[in-house]
Amino acid sequence: MTASILQQVKAGLNELPAFAVGDRVRVATRAPIGHYRVPIYLRGGVGVVERVIEPALVDNEEEGYGRNAGNKRHYYRISIPLPTLWHDYQGSHRDELHIEIYETWLERA
Amino acid sequence: MATGKHYHDHDHGHDHGDHAPITAESKPGYYEVMETAVRELLTEKGYITPNDIRHQIEVLDSRTPALGAAVVARAWVDPAFKARLLEDGRKGCEELGITFYDDTQLIVLENTPDVHNLIVCTLCSCYPRPVLGLPPDWYKLKPYRARAVIEPRKVLAEFGTQIPDDVEIRVSDSTAVVRYLVLPRRPEGTQGWSEERLAALVTRDAMIGVIPVSLDKEAA
Repeated sequence: MTASILQQVKAGLNELPAFAVGDRVRVATRAPIGHYRVPIYLRGGVGVVERVIEPALVDNEEEGYGRNAGNKRHYYRISIPLPTLWHDYQGSHRDELHIEIYETWLERA
Repeated sequence: MATGKHYHDHDHGHDHGDHAPITAESKPGYYEVMETAVRELLTEKGYITPNDIRHQIEVLDSRTPALGAAVVARAWVDPAFKARLLEDGRKGCEELGITFYDDTQLIVLENTPDVHNLIVCTLCSCYPRPVLGLPPDWYKLKPYRARAVIEPRKVLAEFGTQIPDDVEIRVSDSTAVVRYLVLPRRPEGTQGWSEERLAALVTRDAMIGVIPVSLDKEAA
């Protein structure tokens, strides 16, 4: 009865996370003009998805510039080894940087 | 004023500088002018009232590291709560009555014998304000913000914290929607302590991850 009809619900493409925990991803190296909440130092960095942040949230880049703020996508918490970000990194090779990156800034690596 | 007559006693024993008039010495800066303009516009158009702003300042001022310390102490004594807190930091805090007043999420990062967490906001000064209140000045200044992600071990050493090489450092850099709170390790020798006594040990800096929690705090 109710259970079966609920199983038929299909989520829209943007409602589903594009990446899953464990996926290897690269932070895009785009450099658009304006203020974007992706620090420059990790653009181009490669990491692993550690957590999918639920729920999907408004694209604040669109919202910030007054465009269609209705679009929602996921943030992903990713981990990037610190020695891959800084060639002369001093510390353990296991040290990591963790950060949340919006879906539009990630590509498969 | 210019009566030439002195009605007040000159032997009142404090500096006349105390009576210096309060004046606006310098012109307001760019962002100050912008803030005033935006605030006045929003008020004029009826989106917010001056009382809304005053109230929100009161909300911010009501948040202090003592709230975070209460969360940490509860996590130390209640494993089921700790599990829920690590699963969803915001919900865990809300369980204790700490509201979030905005859309940010909270991730609680647990320090273990193998992992030490440090939080920073390289872009600005994102901070778990609902549970810790306002960030310390050094957290907002560029040296900490830049160096925490480049040489975290050196930065920690400057706070007096030596992390052995076999302990992994995880630096979490806050961006748009997520804030972090470090769940420090419970110090040895605190078995059987009450939640209140434990909470008194937990400092702001320990919840940012720049120092461990130690028993010295109680002695201090």
